[in-house]
Amino acid sequence: MRSWSKGDIFTKLSLVIFGLGSVVRGQIIKGLAFFAVEALFFYYMLVSGAGYISKLGTLGTKQQGWVFDEAIGINVLQQGENSMLILLFGVLAIFMVVFFIFFAVKSVQASYKAEQLRKEGKKPPSVIDEIKALFDSNLHKSLLILPGLGVFAFTILPLMFMILMAFTNFDQNHQPPGNLFTWVGFENFKNIFWANPVWARTFVNIFIWTIIWAVFATFTNYFLGMLLALYINGKKIRLKKLWRTIFVMTIAVPQFVSLRLMGILLNDEGAVNVLLRTLGIIANNDSVQFLSSGTLARITVILVNVWVGIPYTMLITSGILMNIPADLYESAYIDGANRFQTFRKITLPYMLFVTTPYLITQFIANINNFNVIFLLNQGGPRSLNYYQGGETDLLVTWLYRLTVDFQDYNLASTIGIIIFIICGGLSLIFYNRSKSVREEEVFS
Amino acid sequence: MKIFKNMLRAIQGFLRHLPLGLLSVIWLVPLAWLVMTSFRAENGAYTTYLFPRGWTMANYTRLFTETGLFNYPRWYANTFIVALCSCIISTLFVLMVAYTFSRLRFKSRTPMMNVVLVLGMFPGFMSMIAVYHVLKAIGMEQSLASLVLVYSGGAGMSYYISKGFFDTVPRSMDEAALLDGATRSQVMWKIVLPMSKPTITYTILTSFMAPWVDFIFASVIMKDRYENYTIAVGLYRMLERENIYEFYTRFCAGAVLIAIPITILFIAMQKYYVGGVTGGAVKG
Repeated sequence: MRSWSKGDIFTKLSLVIFGLGSVVRGQIIKGLAFFAVEALFFYYMLVSGAGYISKLGTLGTKQQGWVFDEAIGINVLQQGENSMLILLFGVLAIFMVVFFIFFAVKSVQASYKAEQLRKEGKKPPSVIDEIKALFDSNLHKSLLILPGLGVFAFTILPLMFMILMAFTNFDQNHQPPGNLFTWVGFENFKNIFWANPVWARTFVNIFIWTIIWAVFATFTNYFLGMLLALYINGKKIRLKKLWRTIFVMTIAVPQFVSLRLMGILLNDEGAVNVLLRTLGIIANNDSVQFLSSGTLARITVILVNVWVGIPYTMLITSGILMNIPADLYESAYIDGANRFQTFRKITLPYMLFVTTPYLITQFIANINNFNVIFLLNQGGPRSLNYYQGGETDLLVTWLYRLTVDFQDYNLASTIGIIIFIICGGLSLIFYNRSKSVREEEVFS
Repeated sequence: MKIFKNMLRAIQGFLRHLPLGLLSVIWLVPLAWLVMTSFRAENGAYTTYLFPRGWTMANYTRLFTETGLFNYPRWYANTFIVALCSCIISTLFVLMVAYTFSRLRFKSRTPMMNVVLVLGMFPGFMSMIAVYHVLKAIGMEQSLASLVLVYSGGAGMSYYISKGFFDTVPRSMDEAALLDGATRSQVMWKIVLPMSKPTITYTILTSFMAPWVDFIFASVIMKDRYENYTIAVGLYRMLERENIYEFYTRFCAGAVLIAIPITILFIAMQKYYVGGVTGGAVKG
C-alpha cells in the first residue's frame, strides 16, 4: 500500500485498471496480462461468481417441488437450488476475490517499481528479461506455481468446503438436489459434545478408544520392534540379512491384502479357530471370538497391529542401532554393567533422543490409522449403543463410514475438525518440547 | 571333551536362533496361507479343515478368462496406467517443491511451509467427498484421469524427505556455479538433481507404489464404476458378503500376483526408505 500512496497518478490508477502503470512505462505485454486477469475476473464474477456469493448466506431458498404459479393458475415443478453446489462454488468465488485483491496489489507494485526505475533513468525490464528471471532469480515462482495450483485445487479448496460443512445441517435428511441444507452455527459441536446423547456417547467412547489405541499401537510397536532389531543385531546371530528380509516381506505385501487376510483367518469360522479345534484346545463347535466380541476384538487389533508394525520399526531402528558408538558399551561392560543396564542407560536414551520426531509422527499416524482398523474388521463388531459406530472404530474410520455409507457430512466434518485440533495440538506440544530438549543438550 | 564342547556350542547357537525362527513362522504363515489358498480347488472362505483337499491353477487362469463380473486384467492395467501417470506428476511436484524450499530463499518461504504443515494435520480423506464433487463439477468423476489428479494433485505437500536430502548437498557447489554465470534453474537441473539420485529413486518408487496399495481414495472416487476400479478396490469387492464364497480363492490368486511385484520393489528400495524416514532425525 506504500507503493500506492507514493506512486504517481498512473500507479494509483493501476488499482482500478490493472496494468495501466506498466503499459504507460513501456511494459506493454506485462500490463496487458494484468488487464486480462482483471477482465477474466469480472467476466467470471458476472457469469457465475457473484451469484454464488450472494446465495452463500442462505445456501439456497428454492426447494425442489410443486409450487403454485399464479400466472398460470396451476402447480408447477420448481427446479430446486443445490445447496452443495452453492457452497462449493461460493467458496471458490471467495478464493477468486482473494486472488483478485492479490493481483490488484501486484499491479500497483509493478507499476510503482517501473515508475521508480524510470525516475532513476533506467529502462524497466522487458518481457524477455522477466521470462529469463523466472529461470533465475524468480525460479521459486515457476517451480511452485503448478504444485501450488494442485495443492489449492485438491487440498485447500476441498478442505475449506468440508470445514464449512461442519457448520451446516448437511446430513442424510438434507441431501441435495432434492433438499436444501443451511447454516446451523455450532449446533453440530454442541450435539457431539453433549446435546445429542447418542452422538455424545459414541463420540466419547470412540475418542477414548482412539487414544488408548494410539498409545498402545505406538509403544508396543516401538519397543518390541526395537528389541527385535537389537536381537538380530546381536554379535552371535548369523544370517542377519535373511532374518531381516523375512520380516520386511510382510510389510512389502500391500496392507489391503495382508489385513483382509488376517481378518478372514481370525474370523469365528476362520483358519485360526479351525487350528485351535484341530489341536483340541477348544471344543469342536466352539470358537474364540477374536473379532466379534468387543474387548477381545480390541486386543486383537492391537496384536495384529504389532504383527504389521514391528517390521517397520525393526527396519528403521536397526540402522540407528548400528550407529551407537561401540566404545560406550565396552566401557559400560568394563564397569560391570549387565545387558539390561546397558539397554536402559545407553541404548534407550540414545534411541529416544534420535527417534523422538519419528515417535511423534507415528503417534499422530496411529490416531489416523485407517488401514489396520478398517481393513481388518471394518471397525466392528457393531455396537447398538453407538451411532453408526463399532467397538474398534477410531474417529477416522467412524468419519469414513459416516460420509461414505450414511452421508452425514456435517457430523463427519465436525469429527474431522476435532481430529485436526487433537493432532495439531499434540504435535505442537511434542514438537516444542523435543525442540527445547534438542537445543539445550547434545547427546553424548 | 572337545566334542562335548562343540555340541554345547551348537546347542547354544540353536537356542539363540530359535526365537527368531519361531517369530519368522508367525510372520510368514499368513503369507504362506495366502499362496496355499490361491491354489486351492474348493471354493469358500471358511473351511473346516486346514489344508486344501485339491490343488489347481484354475484360480489364476480364471482371473484372466472370466472377466464378466470382476475384470482383473482390466484393473491391473488401470492401476498400472494410474500409477505411471501419477508417479511422473508427483515426482516432478515433490522435487520442485522440495528443491524450492531447500535451496531458494524468498519472502513467503516460511509462511508457506507453515501452511503446508497445518494442512497436513487434517485427516487426509476428510476432503475426499469434496474432491469428488469438485471433480464432478468439472465433469471428470469416476475416471482414471481424476484418480491420477487425486494421487498427484496435492503431492507437493509431501516434500519433507526430499528436502531433507537436498539440504545435505553442499551449497558451495551451487555458489561456485552461480559465480560462473549459471542461472538458478541450470544449477538445479545440471548440478543438484544429478547428485540426488537416491532421493529421486525413493520418490519415484513411493509414488509409483501408492496407487497399488491405496484403497480409500480409489473407493471413494470410483464408487460403482467397476471397469475403472484399481486392483485394491476390485479385490476388496471380491470379499464382500455376496461374493466371498465364490471368489475367495481367486482373491488370493489376485493378491499373490499383486504382492510379488510390490514386494520386489519394496525390498529394492528399503535402504532408501530407511534413509528417508530417519535421515532428518539422525542429523538432529
